[in-house]
Amino acid sequence: MSFAQALLEAIESLNGNKMRSGLTVLGIVIGVAAVIAMLAVGNGAQESITGSISSIGTNLLFVFRGGPEQGGGGPPGRGGSGNNDRPLTLGDAEAIADPFAAPSVAAVAPAIQGNGVITYAGENTSTTISGVTAAYSSVRNMELAEGEFINEEHINGRMSVVILGPETADAIFGYHDGIVGETVRIEGQPFRIIGVLVAKGGGAFGSEDDAAYIPFTTAQARLIKRGSLDQVDVIFVQATTAETVTSASDEISNILRQRHRTPVGEDDFTVFTQQDFLQTFESITGVLTIFLGGIAGISLLVGGIGIMNIMLVSVTERTREIGLRKALGARKKDILLQFLTESSLLSLLGGIIGILFGWLIAFVVGKVAAATGNNFTPIVGTDAILLSTSFSAIIGLFFGIYPASRAANLEPVEALRHE
Amino acid sequence: MDWVIEARDLTKIYKMGEFDVQALRGVSFTITRGEVVSIMGPSGSGKSTMMNTLGCLDRPTSGEYMLDGEAVATMTDDQLASVRNRKVGFVFQSFNLLSRLTAVGNVELPLRYAGLVEGRRDRAKAALEMVGLGDRMTHRPYELSGGQQQRVAVARAIVNDPAIIMADEPTGNLDSKVGKEIMNLLLNLNKERGTTLIIVTHDPLIAAQTQRVIRLRDGELDLTYEENGGSKP
Repeated sequence: MSFAQALLEAIESLNGNKMRSGLTVLGIVIGVAAVIAMLAVGNGAQESITGSISSIGTNLLFVFRGGPEQGGGGPPGRGGSGNNDRPLTLGDAEAIADPFAAPSVAAVAPAIQGNGVITYAGENTSTTISGVTAAYSSVRNMELAEGEFINEEHINGRMSVVILGPETADAIFGYHDGIVGETVRIEGQPFRIIGVLVAKGGGAFGSEDDAAYIPFTTAQARLIKRGSLDQVDVIFVQATTAETVTSASDEISNILRQRHRTPVGEDDFTVFTQQDFLQTFESITGVLTIFLGGIAGISLLVGGIGIMNIMLVSVTERTREIGLRKALGARKKDILLQFLTESSLLSLLGGIIGILFGWLIAFVVGKVAAATGNNFTPIVGTDAILLSTSFSAIIGLFFGIYPASRAANLEPVEALRHE
Repeated sequence: MDWVIEARDLTKIYKMGEFDVQALRGVSFTITRGEVVSIMGPSGSGKSTMMNTLGCLDRPTSGEYMLDGEAVATMTDDQLASVRNRKVGFVFQSFNLLSRLTAVGNVELPLRYAGLVEGRRDRAKAALEMVGLGDRMTHRPYELSGGQQQRVAVARAIVNDPAIIMADEPTGNLDSKVGKEIMNLLLNLNKERGTTLIIVTHDPLIAAQTQRVIRLRDGELDLTYEENGGSKP
């Protein structure tokens, strides 16, 4: 019997038992849909995070207080206090900016950060207040929708001026156009708005759209009190090019070791590159994707067992039919082919429906994310589709083989006698 | 003689747990091409075993069996399947039609397993016309009466032009009038096409319509009867 005929017979047979076929297929549908959706969400999360890290700038470095041992990974700076580590200072920043000691460094921007409440005409919002220098806007690639950024004059004069992120402006004004020149109160103190940032969307470290930037000296003196006047929380460093990031990192480490008089291996600071962030997050999302995919794979396996179960029931039910077919001249491989075709068809059908279903789930997740303002798009990759279809076809074959061979090996006499 | 079946010293032993049950104890006989033979015997006489062996559904434990010139006793499962497909047409007591398939689809089945692709439908239709069901081609079994279902089964048995038709109580599930029609159909096919007809039955009226009765008792030929020529070895 040819394959085309086997296929036709399988369709006839599955069609004759629609309810059961449908329920059996459902197991595979759910499994494949889960694989597709999970991988899509995982990929989307990875893309979104790496995308936002990349948008920071590929030649950006972060210097935090606290050694890698105590501070752990990630941006530890603020958590690294309470030990003997020397804090980073403006002097450190200036030393790093020395073009002879650190030729790979293009620009340096020290900053201190804290939280504060901004009020305007009864409206108030809590946000991150950063005390920054003039170099900050170029190091962090900041764009102003209107106004100007903090300059040397503001720094030297400890002036009460502020740059608002568009979200922060929206929170207290309800809009973010034409507010330059207005005066808001930060922690009760009046600040004049001199600029508004361009909306960038969510980032890896919270939204940069929800922030307020004031001159470093002003923050030091009036808002964010630190132990000493020149202490900073983080130093942003821009390398000359993306290729010199590693040498910049080495140069910064050497300078700080000398200044802090720490031996090699016992650093009391951490230099983090954007590459480090990327690697950290990629490994996190990679594990996440494998984890989600694994759960989805288990449901696919359960679906496969469902197929095997139904095929076994089907073989028992049709023992007499198998006996008859054998009496009429069906060979073992004819029967084998018949039942394998049925189980493969079931799982293939489930695979196709599952792909569409999974796609739909991914699409809905993307829509929900977009509606709630998250910059996140699930990505249905061809690899996920190939993986799940081939996996479901293999499952159909694998779990079909046992029932099919049981059918093929039935003795015709016994099978015909079966009631 | 032109023998279509030549059985020599057939034995069949079934293992039932610790006991060996001897269903056939050295049976020898021949059947001539075109003959109409009935196999009779009380239950437990080895009648079913004989039918299964002659129909190539099962192999004898020992002995020789030539069917239409082929030595069947030592064949593999797949070779047996091929012999069944080409040489044997089965008619069962309970019709054994596939309810999913139409009449013509059921008749086509042996041709499918013969690997035939072209002309399959035409041959199946011709067979159905031969049994008088030319107007019921696309009906499914549950849309047909018992007699019509058995006619479909007969059409399925002859569609591959077999050397023998094995009919196992072909009228057992039918009332006597319809049973008579089926018997006449089988006998006519034998007359017109010369197909050897072997009917397993316990109905003496059926056996009386055959040319010869092979009687079995306790797995051996019962030679005490002399009916329609008796069971000559």
